[in-house]
Amino acid sequence: MTVQTRRQFLAASAGLVIGVALPIRARAQSGAAAALGDGTLAEGSFAPNAFVRVAPDNTITVFCKHIEFGQGPYTGLATLVAEEMDADWSQMRVEAAPADDELYKNLAFGIQGTGGSTAMANSWMQMRQAGAAARAMLVAAAAERWGSDAATLTVSAGTVSDGSNSATFGELAEAAAAQDVPVEPAVKNPSEFTLIGTDRPKVDSRSKSDGTAMFTMDVYRDGMETVVVRRPRVIGATVASFDDAAALEVPGVTAVRQIPQGVAVYATSTAAALKGREALSVEWDYTDAETRSSEEIFAAFSEAARSPGLEAEKVGDSAGAIAAAETVHEAEFLFPFLAHAPLEPLDAVLELKDGKAEIWMGAQFPGADKGAVTQVLGLEPADVTMNVMLAGGSFGRRAQPTAHIGVEIASIAKAAGRDGAWKLVWTREDDLTGAYYRPITVHRMRGGIAADGSIVGWEDRVVNQSIMAGTPFDQGGADPTSFEGSTNMPYALPNLTVDWVKQELPVAPLWWRSVGHTHTAYATEVFLDELLEKAGKDPVQGRLDLLKDEAGRDRAVLERVAEMAGWDGTKVRGDRAYGVALHESFQSYVAQIVEISDAGGLPRVHKVWCAIDCGIAVNPNVIRAQIEGGIGYGLGTALYNELTLGEGGEVQQLNFDTYRMLRINEMPEVEVAIIDSDADPTGVGEPGTPPIAPAVANAWRALTGSSPRRLPFARAGV
Amino acid sequence: MATFTVNGKDVTLEVPDDTPLLWALRDDLRLTGTKFGCGIAQCGACTVMVDGMPRRSCVTPIGTLDGASVETIEGIEGPEVEAVQAAWVGIDVPQCGWCQSGQVMSAVGLLRMNPAPTDEDIDNAMAGNVCRCATYVRIRQAIHDAADMLEG
Repeated sequence: MTVQTRRQFLAASAGLVIGVALPIRARAQSGAAAALGDGTLAEGSFAPNAFVRVAPDNTITVFCKHIEFGQGPYTGLATLVAEEMDADWSQMRVEAAPADDELYKNLAFGIQGTGGSTAMANSWMQMRQAGAAARAMLVAAAAERWGSDAATLTVSAGTVSDGSNSATFGELAEAAAAQDVPVEPAVKNPSEFTLIGTDRPKVDSRSKSDGTAMFTMDVYRDGMETVVVRRPRVIGATVASFDDAAALEVPGVTAVRQIPQGVAVYATSTAAALKGREALSVEWDYTDAETRSSEEIFAAFSEAARSPGLEAEKVGDSAGAIAAAETVHEAEFLFPFLAHAPLEPLDAVLELKDGKAEIWMGAQFPGADKGAVTQVLGLEPADVTMNVMLAGGSFGRRAQPTAHIGVEIASIAKAAGRDGAWKLVWTREDDLTGAYYRPITVHRMRGGIAADGSIVGWEDRVVNQSIMAGTPFDQGGADPTSFEGSTNMPYALPNLTVDWVKQELPVAPLWWRSVGHTHTAYATEVFLDELLEKAGKDPVQGRLDLLKDEAGRDRAVLERVAEMAGWDGTKVRGDRAYGVALHESFQSYVAQIVEISDAGGLPRVHKVWCAIDCGIAVNPNVIRAQIEGGIGYGLGTALYNELTLGEGGEVQQLNFDTYRMLRINEMPEVEVAIIDSDADPTGVGEPGTPPIAPAVANAWRALTGSSPRRLPFARAGV
Repeated sequence: MATFTVNGKDVTLEVPDDTPLLWALRDDLRLTGTKFGCGIAQCGACTVMVDGMPRRSCVTPIGTLDGASVETIEGIEGPEVEAVQAAWVGIDVPQCGWCQSGQVMSAVGLLRMNPAPTDEDIDNAMAGNVCRCATYVRIRQAIHDAADMLEG
C-alpha cells in the first residue's frame, strides 16, 4: 500500500472515519470484480477492516486474500463473514484482495499465499472476527440512530431491527463508519450458526458457466503484444545462439529477444507469436542441464535407497524386529515426474508506463511475483500494482517461491526496452516441458510379520529431491514435504524407521496437489495392505486393529466408509474387486473404498465411497466437490501420467495426446460422507487425492494378484 | 480473406487465412469466453459452434470458414443453452472454470441432437472435453438436469 494510493482512497470515500488499515481499492479489472460485479467504492460505504466493505446499495464485498482457482475460498470466506454479520447470502460479493504480504498474509505462512489446503483453516477466526466487527459497528450505528440499547437489537438477513425500527446494512453503512472498531469482537457459538454447515451456492458458478469470468489470459491492454518463449526440451539447457531471421519475416512478429528463460518472440497477435516461435532456430548449451533419462535417474535413486538417509522417524528397533520376524516382505515403489497441467497454462500481463508497472496474474504468492517484477525492472515497490486474477487451475503450479513467472514477464518488458504492455502465454508444450514437477521418488519398504500375524517391523526409506530447499519455507535439515505421510502414520507399529535420502537434480521440483502425500499414501497403504494380506487379515479390520488409541478421527472415517460400501470382507465379487485406503493429510482424515473391474489390463473404477473428517464442514457442497475433483485428479494421474525424460534428457510428453487427462467416461461415481465435527475446519483441496491410487492398487491386487510397483498403471511403452 | 458470422454479426478479419479461429475470436474480436488449453484439439476448452455443430476452434483455420456461422459462449442462445447454464449453476458444476465454456458448448450440442441422453450418450458426446478439476460427476448430472428442464 502506498501513501498516495491511500490518500486517493480516502479522497474517494470522503466522510468516512476509519481506524484501521484499509486495502487499496481493487481494480475493476480484477478477476473477482469482473466475475462478481462492479467493485468501485461508492460514496457512503463502510469498510471496518481490510476484508469487509458494506456499500449503500446494500452489497457486502469480501476481499478474499486467497486466490480462487476452483477450490472455493471466495465462497468459503464470504460464508464466514456473512455468518457473523447475519447477512443475507444474496448480498454477498467477493473480490480478490490486492497483493499485500502484511495485511493479507496467510496466518500459517507469514506472507500472502495460498497452498497446503490452509485457506479455510487460517481464515477461520480472522474472517469471522472481521464479520463480527462489521456487525457490531452496524448495530451500534442503529442503536445511536434510534436511541436504543445496542444489546436489544436483532439482526437478520442483513437488516437491523429494534422491534419498531428497522434498517438495512446499506442504510446504516455511512453511520457505521463513524463507530469505534471493536478490538476483539465476539464471534458466535457454533450452535448459533445458520450459514456455516449448510450447502451454499458458489459465488462464481454463473460467471464460470457463461464465459464472463475474467482470467489472466483474458486481459487485453491498449497496444499490448503477445509474447511466447522458445524453451529447451532438455531441462536446464540455456541458449547458446539463435537465428531469428525467419521469425522476423513472419507478419505480426515485432521483435525477438534473448531473455534468461529462452528466446522471446513478440508479436501483435498470439497466432503470429506462435508462428514466429516455430520459425526460430536455437542452439542450446547443455552444460547445466539434466541430460540423464528418467530410467537413469530411477536407477540412481534405487542405488541411493541402499544406504541409510536422514532419520525422519524412529520407534524401537525395526532392523532387529524384521530380522527376527517369521515373514519378511520387501517392496520398492517408483513414482515418476508429474506435471500439474492446470488447464489455463501459465500466463501473465504486464503494463509498464512512466516508471510504473501493473501486473495481472493468477499468482499464488502475489507478493513474491510483485517483488520479482519490482526487482527485475528496478522500480520502487510503491510503483508496482499486482492484480490477482482468477486462475484456470493450479494444483500447486502457481505457488512459486521462485516467482519465475513474475521474473519472466518482467524480463520480457525489460528486454523490450520501452514502455508498453505484454502478455506472456505459455503453451501446453511449455507447461509440460517446463519442470517444476512432482519429483521422482523411490520408496524402499521392508516389513516383518510375527508368527501370530502381527506386524512387528516397518521400514520406509524415501529417496527424492527436497521441494522446500532454497525457498523461504526451508527450515534446513530434513524436508518434511519429502516424506510427510510416511511419518506420523496412524498405526501403532512397535518398531519403525522412516528415513530420507536427499537427491539433487537440475530439474526444479514443486508441490503438486497433496505434495509428499502423492507418493507416501501409495507406498504406505499398498505395503500395509500387502502385509495384512500376508498375515491373513481383513484390510478394514486389520487397519482398525492397528490404529493408535489417539487415532479416533482415522478410525471414524474408516468405519464410516466401510459402512457406506457395505464392506463385509469380500474383496472380489464377480468381475468386480474392492480396495481400501486411509490417509490423513493437512489435518483432514480421508478413507476411500473403490469398486473396480479389469478393462483390458487397466483398472476401470466404477464407484468410490469416501468419508472425510475436515472439522466443521463450512460448506458441504464445496467439500463434496473438492473430494469428487480430488479423486478424479488422483485417479487420472495414477492410471496414465508420467513425465519422462528420454535419451539425453529430452522431455517426451509435449501435450495431452501423450500426457493423458482423465475423461468423463472414466470418472467413477463418487459418494461422500462428511463426519460431524466441532473441531476447527481444515483443508479440503488436497486431502481427497492421496487415498485413491492406493485404494485402486489394492483392489487391483485382489483382482490380478499384484499391485503396481511403479506408477502409472499404464506406463509408457508397457 | 474469409467472411463469416460470429454470434450473428458479419465478420471479415484482416488476418492470415491459417489463423486459428480461437485466436481470431480472442485477439481480434475480444471474445475471451472461448479458452486455450492445448492447441491440438485434445482438451475441448476452445469448443465453439460452427454451423450449429461443436468444433475445436484451436485447429480451425479461419480460411475454412467462408460463409460459416460461428457461435461462441458470449452469443449462443436457445432453450438448450438456458437449460444447460441453469443446470450448471444449479449444482455448482464449475471449479476453476477454464474448461466450462467448452463443456457448455458440447452439452448444448448434445441436447440439441438428443433431448434425453443416457449416461453413455453423455460419455460419447463429452469425452472430448477435458476438465482438469474433474467436475465430471456434476457435468453428467447437470446434463440430465438440463434434459429434465427441457422436457418439463
